[in-house]
Amino acid sequence: MDKFVTIKSSIVPVQIDDIDTDQIIPARFLKATTRDGFGDNLFRDWRYDENNNPKKDFILNNSDYQGKILVAGKNFGCGSSREHAAWAIYDYGFKVVISSFFADIFKNNALNNGLLPVQVSDKFLQTIFDKVAENKHTELVVDLEKQEVEIVGAGVIEKFEINQYKKTCLINGYDDIDYLINMKDRIEAYEKTSKYLNLVS
Amino acid sequence: MGKTLFEKVWDAHVVSNITDGPDVLYIDKHLIHEVTSPQAFAGLEKRGLGLFRKNGIVATADHNVPTKDQHLPIKEALSRSQVQKLTDNCNKFGVTLYGLGHKYQGIVHVIGPELGITLPGMTMVCGDSHTSTHGAFGSIAFGIGTSEVEQVMATQCLMQSKPKTMKIEINGTLGKGVLSKDIILYIISKISASGGTGYFVEFAGSAIRALSMEARMTICNMAIEMGARGGMIAPDQTTFDYIKSREFAPKGAKFDEAVAYWKTLFTDEDAKFDTVYSWDAADIEPMITYGTNPGMGVKISQKVPTVNEIDPTGKTSFEKSLEYMGVDQGKTLLGKKVNYVFIGSCTNSRIEDLRLVAEFVKGKKKADNITAWIIPGSKQVEAQAQQEGIDKVLLEAGFELREPGCSACLGMNEDKIPKGEYCVSTSNRNFEGRQGPGARTFLVSPLTAAATAINGVVSDVREFV
Repeated sequence: MDKFVTIKSSIVPVQIDDIDTDQIIPARFLKATTRDGFGDNLFRDWRYDENNNPKKDFILNNSDYQGKILVAGKNFGCGSSREHAAWAIYDYGFKVVISSFFADIFKNNALNNGLLPVQVSDKFLQTIFDKVAENKHTELVVDLEKQEVEIVGAGVIEKFEINQYKKTCLINGYDDIDYLINMKDRIEAYEKTSKYLNLVS
Repeated sequence: MGKTLFEKVWDAHVVSNITDGPDVLYIDKHLIHEVTSPQAFAGLEKRGLGLFRKNGIVATADHNVPTKDQHLPIKEALSRSQVQKLTDNCNKFGVTLYGLGHKYQGIVHVIGPELGITLPGMTMVCGDSHTSTHGAFGSIAFGIGTSEVEQVMATQCLMQSKPKTMKIEINGTLGKGVLSKDIILYIISKISASGGTGYFVEFAGSAIRALSMEARMTICNMAIEMGARGGMIAPDQTTFDYIKSREFAPKGAKFDEAVAYWKTLFTDEDAKFDTVYSWDAADIEPMITYGTNPGMGVKISQKVPTVNEIDPTGKTSFEKSLEYMGVDQGKTLLGKKVNYVFIGSCTNSRIEDLRLVAEFVKGKKKADNITAWIIPGSKQVEAQAQQEGIDKVLLEAGFELREPGCSACLGMNEDKIPKGEYCVSTSNRNFEGRQGPGARTFLVSPLTAAATAINGVVSDVREFV
């Protein structure tokens, strides 16, 4: 996993609530057996029509809006557990997703891939949408070390929460397997006491 | 203070706590399928790791499989290669696979319970959000991403933060024509598609207790649709009777020992939940969704809400959703013409679902405009349906009984609903394009689906009973 460094970037705002992982990447694009290339189909059916022509009214097709930070409405990433959704967002070039609420499985998947989900208040989220409506080149700074998001030039900063273990993993580029494989002895000791393993043995 | 059912099972599986971090949770059984496992196997190989406990995994092929002519090679090349990759990986790593053509093949959340793999008090995961289904047995079961699939393969453990606990009680008696699918659609319509996020839910109350195991599975299956990581129901005699003598369930003295343990799996009287909801079963009617998330549901006799009746912050998303669906605010869905009826998916494809539909359509004919697909959840469900003559009843009514798989639930395999068409569906998600690009889904119970197939328009099954 790549190490997470502080990001300063313009943003791509998608002001829609309840964006499910079927919208982020439809099931028919989940047939690959590697992790590569999913960014091409990010938001596929919002981004392209049935003849694969870009839909002009969708923001990813508007070159005015670019950057490493995706900002979306509440309950982002609900639905299917497909990690392909996190892969697609990261592969497209985003390093951070900001919303006022994330679905649990998506949040874990993002964290396991070096994609930082930043949960902010409804009010702060609206402020970001308002600022980018005024100026499409609005930039944010996302500082994981300080756990802060700043709207550049607006003097507005909000703190965000993150599990301290996950924070350490992101900053250092570690993943959970690196941690767990060092616990082999303890896991085997647990197995000797497991009720389930005893019942099915 | 006492413990909840969830806390008892969770605490019994914690290998280690990390300060300010997640728990290391031991996973008893890991189910895998072709879509979310290939990158995990590849990751293991890249790290030079093997499986921690290979008999801790069971595999099947379900998402990509066709539901016609399963004896022939899969037509679509990418689907075929993904299913083949699963076979190759299972052979290489020594994982038990119930692949295409095997008598136990089927939707992963149908075969686990019917084979006696799913047991009370265990932890189960799968790279599929509907793993919550297995919680109906009083197990902790939840969906995970592919990185986590790799973690479990490598260590039989997961790093997980302990969720909050919620209790949802449904007391009283269900009305005629109301099924467990209606209970869960009712609950999600009350607390929204995100109301359960951050929680593990226990479903309780006399109306839940009265349900069969298969009906309970339908409820826990859709716990994820309110955002909850999983749902659970405390095991009882109904659970033990269902498990007894299933293929891989404990037998003889081991079964008795198991039941003695399982009987300790309930929420203590003095245990505390973070959140509690309670509803009266008598208030539940046959339900239907009108929008593009499972929380957008109404009683079938009610009208679709108007924009003035919903939370003002959700106005834009609400209007976008209704525009996609081609549904009018303030109007009923009853009488709306639909051309497709889909009965299947890990929510409603078990033998009881098929029996209910067959009993209802016996002696009736589907409407001319309707294409009605019924997809059994597994080879075993299919065989049972044939043994009971259900296949003939359905055929005579003009329904097509196909072969097992996820089918039109997710628009991945050959079975898709065409653009713009309405489908009355017993599956679990009504997201935009879920059943195929541009397809429009109304989620309902198997009985409402059957009634709609007969009338050719959205129908209230209570007109028939």
